Amino acid sequence: MAAQTRRLAWPLLVLVGLLAANAVATPGFFAVTVKGGRLYGSLVDILHFGAPLLLIALGMTVVIALRGIDLSVGAVVAVSGAVACEIIVAAGDPSSPGAVAGAVAAALALSALLGLWNGFLAAVLRIQPIVATLILMVAGRGLAQLITDGQITTVTSEPYRGIAAGSLAAVPYTVLMAAVTVLVMWVALRRTALGLFVEAVGGNAEAARLAGIRATGLSVAAYAVCGLCAGLAGIVISANTGSADGNNAGLWIELDAILAVVIGGTLLTGGRFSIAGTVLGAVIVQTLSTTVYTMGVPPESALVFKAVVVFVVCLLQSPRFRAQVAAPFRRGGPPAPAGGAGGPAPEEEDGTMPTATGDGRPDPREVRR
Amino acid sequence: METAAGPAVQMSGIVKDFPGVRALDGAGLHLEPGEVHALLGENGAGKSTLIKVLTGVHRPDAGSIEVGGRPVAVDGPQDAERHGIATVYQEVNLCPNLSVAENVLLGREPRGRFGISPRRMNRRAAELASGMGLDLDVTRALGEYPIAVQQLVAILRAVDLDARVLVLDEPTSSLDRDEVRILFGLVERLRSRGVAILFVTHFLDQVYELCGRMTVLRNGRPVGTFTTDELDQRGLVGLMLGEQAGELDRVEGRAHEGAPPPDEPPLLHARGLGREGGVAPYDLDVAPGQIVGLAGLLGSGRTEAVRLLFGADRPDSGSLEVDGRLVSLRTPRAPIAAGLAYCSEDRKAEGLVADLSVADNLLLAMQAARGWMRPMPRKARAELVERYISALRVRTASPDTPVGALSGGNQQKVLLGRWLIMRPRLLILDEPTRGIDVGAKAEVQRLVAAEAEEGTAVLFVSSELEEVLRLSHRVVVLRDRRVVSALDNDGGLDVDGVLAEIAEGGAR
Amino acid sequence: MTGLSTPTPAASAAARVRALVDGRRRFIPVAVSGLVLVLLFAVGSVRYTGFAEPQVMLNLLVNNSFLIVLAVGVTFVILAGGIDLSTGSVLALSAMICAWLLREGWPPLLVIPVALLAGAAIGFLQGCIIHFYGVQPFIATLGGMFFARGLCYLISTESIPITDPLFGTLAQARVPLPGGTSLSLGAVVALAAAGAAAFVLHRTRFGRSVYAVGGSESSAMLMGLPVGRVKIGVYTVSGFCAALGGVLYTLYIASGNSLHGLGMELDAIAAVVIGGTLLTGGFGYVLGSVVGVLTLGTIQTILVFEGTLSSWWTRIVAGVLLLVFILLQRALAPRTVK
Repeated sequence: MAAQTRRLAWPLLVLVGLLAANAVATPGFFAVTVKGGRLYGSLVDILHFGAPLLLIALGMTVVIALRGIDLSVGAVVAVSGAVACEIIVAAGDPSSPGAVAGAVAAALALSALLGLWNGFLAAVLRIQPIVATLILMVAGRGLAQLITDGQITTVTSEPYRGIAAGSLAAVPYTVLMAAVTVLVMWVALRRTALGLFVEAVGGNAEAARLAGIRATGLSVAAYAVCGLCAGLAGIVISANTGSADGNNAGLWIELDAILAVVIGGTLLTGGRFSIAGTVLGAVIVQTLSTTVYTMGVPPESALVFKAVVVFVVCLLQSPRFRAQVAAPFRRGGPPAPAGGAGGPAPEEEDGTMPTATGDGRPDPREVRR
Repeated sequence: METAAGPAVQMSGIVKDFPGVRALDGAGLHLEPGEVHALLGENGAGKSTLIKVLTGVHRPDAGSIEVGGRPVAVDGPQDAERHGIATVYQEVNLCPNLSVAENVLLGREPRGRFGISPRRMNRRAAELASGMGLDLDVTRALGEYPIAVQQLVAILRAVDLDARVLVLDEPTSSLDRDEVRILFGLVERLRSRGVAILFVTHFLDQVYELCGRMTVLRNGRPVGTFTTDELDQRGLVGLMLGEQAGELDRVEGRAHEGAPPPDEPPLLHARGLGREGGVAPYDLDVAPGQIVGLAGLLGSGRTEAVRLLFGADRPDSGSLEVDGRLVSLRTPRAPIAAGLAYCSEDRKAEGLVADLSVADNLLLAMQAARGWMRPMPRKARAELVERYISALRVRTASPDTPVGALSGGNQQKVLLGRWLIMRPRLLILDEPTRGIDVGAKAEVQRLVAAEAEEGTAVLFVSSELEEVLRLSHRVVVLRDRRVVSALDNDGGLDVDGVLAEIAEGGAR
Repeated sequence: MTGLSTPTPAASAAARVRALVDGRRRFIPVAVSGLVLVLLFAVGSVRYTGFAEPQVMLNLLVNNSFLIVLAVGVTFVILAGGIDLSTGSVLALSAMICAWLLREGWPPLLVIPVALLAGAAIGFLQGCIIHFYGVQPFIATLGGMFFARGLCYLISTESIPITDPLFGTLAQARVPLPGGTSLSLGAVVALAAAGAAAFVLHRTRFGRSVYAVGGSESSAMLMGLPVGRVKIGVYTVSGFCAALGGVLYTLYIASGNSLHGLGMELDAIAAVVIGGTLLTGGFGYVLGSVVGVLTLGTIQTILVFEGTLSSWWTRIVAGVLLLVFILLQRALAPRTVK
């Protein structure tokens, strides 16, 4: 647990810094008021508008932990919103809760199916995940526009709008929905053995296979869940605006989601993942956007911030960079051995590491080369 | 080609340390122009490291290298090529997507008026090929040719470099007999031109067929250099494997008195299991409580044979029955369900998940068998982990320590523990004592013997014959990717007997 | 046995096909791309009058000149086994720089080199991050994408019109061709860029090294090729091409706008793959990428002629084509030998 907390320390610090900056720049940033039985305020806004991102980032976390990636979530967001809106519009009474429920169910089912398709390509046919999900990323928005016939479909359905606008005990539904999804994911992954299997397959797929874990099935399921999460996010986004926009709904959200996962400390190389980290990552990304709004900076320059964050996070995850940064601080110490381009790592016969006589502990003599 | 005076390569007193281990300790090599020289040794003897020092991949910590009589410091593979040292690796290090001609000439492409001239390049490569007696369409992509041809192309590249020294690092391990023939023809041509050739292989027949002299390494130290006339195969195998007696505190005498009664029905019953390029179809029976040792040199098909039993690789032929029931070998799941367990030889790549904790690694197989819906209760989990950590004497700061932080011996015990927790009926161990310290080695051996006492069948692969003889009831010997004999270890069998089988078994 | 020794006509035809295919596997995807383009064009010509006009064909080049240049740059990156998501944003940045500097009164002949240099510099930096710090190309260029797009917004959130007379002249310039047809300057530049890229890829050591690195990076290293320089080089080329695409885009659209080229990086990648280049690197041709762009262009033209079919079909068809080519290449991939 200690290691877990330490890994979350950096993102937590970033978040605190962001909030502090906000507090200084915008008086009343932390103010939360209740109007008409619903909470309002900048913090609530962050959670409310960050909900779709968080939903997608949760699904993405599992996919990335399994050494995959899903570029198509933005397109799935568009498809899901489009399906839901079209069904509601076509229904006899758009305001009947039954019609809305049916529409949402259909949208979610289709989203899960699209996720399955990704999983089939990536895990069963073993096409590189970036390539496999690129197909749907390209075609998905076309599909969404096909469904809405290229229009921005607007719905005037109270129950549907309510998904985004409503609240329970003053807490917006969107925030509740995100919280429930976090809880469900946490229970599914950490209260069953699934999380262990995911980390084992992501950490060492061959070892996991030889231990009897069904790696392929797990990956396919992960993509399906990721699709489902994206579908849910699509509903929230579309309910928020009361419309389905095949072109712009969820645009670039896949990139934000990947960013959130990476900030949360889950490595793109797979293995250990952190749901708490992803939650934190998503909140940071959303806070960044909100900060820019509330501070009156042109909102577009948020992109430059984001770029800087991407580079900083990537560099912090790069062992070579860390070694370079750390080197001056180790007084009189040797330059840390650089991997990668510095030359092939020392390998003994047949690629196993040299442990012929020792027991793998670093030999102090070796450090001084 | 000029005949250089003196040795082509003279390496002496080479020392190379890696973290935690001295891979080379005073190793040396003496290569004459126009000779084919074998470099021999078992796994971990330091052959690859010595080659990598020669080709500049590793810098030696001590020792000297002379090439053509001049002392040199080789700085990387490119620098080695400048010194006239070319290497052909076991895994072909060429680009399969480029044409044969490009692979031969990449980096030295002949130019025409408009940049690189493909016409000239193809002509030059074709000349080189035909000069070596090879009939190749050099415009084809390299990847369209079989591995054997790719090896030959790699040699052609070395020829074009005008190499004075050619290092062949296990070039024949994936070739069939005819392909080996062609390769040898090419090597012979180069030798007659005065090129010094260093040949690394596990196939001893090939050594005696091709090489004049051989240098043997063991544990990073030189054992000696011999001519093929003065040392026969059996003597060579003895030198390579060495004496390991007295190194360990012994498991009480022999672990067992002879084989179990023959009328007991076998637990494991394999018939005709085989895989193209892995191991020829073989039969194997193992009874409950019986320990069967698999002996043979590296590359003899030992590992391949046991992997088939576990479904780690899918066999092309044959069947496996456990307790009379047919077991599907498509994935390891059915064998695991039937009570089989397999500890891979390559702990890091195929055994442990380095990032996960000791506890998670210990329980991985058991949890996989229970299914994801039924996580182990926290208390049962802690108890089981506690029990096995202490029973196996795993030295770890806590059960939550990432297993990658443990020493090799303790990692091996965790991997063993993962399967012992399953209470397996047949335990398959591939080199369970390799790369771990002496104390841990003795503990692992004791555990294996104790398991068998309790009725678990054990199948284990080891390069150390002493260990095989001390532990097993039966010894199965492999050679050249086939099972050549199965010997009862009933007191009459000794190291010499097994050595004879490893060196010559199946040759008659 | 005699019956077997004389092959049936069908068998001999199959053998002839096999002999034709044998040794030319690497040309199959690009040949299929060409076939798809021809088929699409044939369908268009049969269905719609006025489709097969020479000028309609040439307009494919004219209307997609910037995308061709973009795809050419991306081809380098993909051949070397990488990916570049920043091209659409760099195109926008380049267009934005042109519009902005022109408005500031810079001479046009200075503005264009500055824009090109900016693109190349962004590519170079991305390459350095990827090579020196081992950051995944996908993520590094994702950062570059945000960065370039963000810079656009920092320059201006409004669209900046271009009124420079030289740009106007260049945009209007037509290169007359026989039969009363003509090409725009942009199309000519695009074709020249493709030609230059083909030359570099096939006739220079850098170009061959790009293929080698894409085929096997570790082998390329052991063969003594400058892998680092190649990797940084391809991203620099891609950045430069994206910037050149941006300049062509300003000629085409006569403005700089932060929203230019949204999603165009995907079109470029799709065009490269539809052009038969393997996304994992090492196989493919610049010609294929040009064909890929023209294929996407033809689909759009068909949709225009059809009238009832809407523009989103382009994306769906592009997705389907992507799938087909990825599966085709999977089937053709030489079996990995262990």
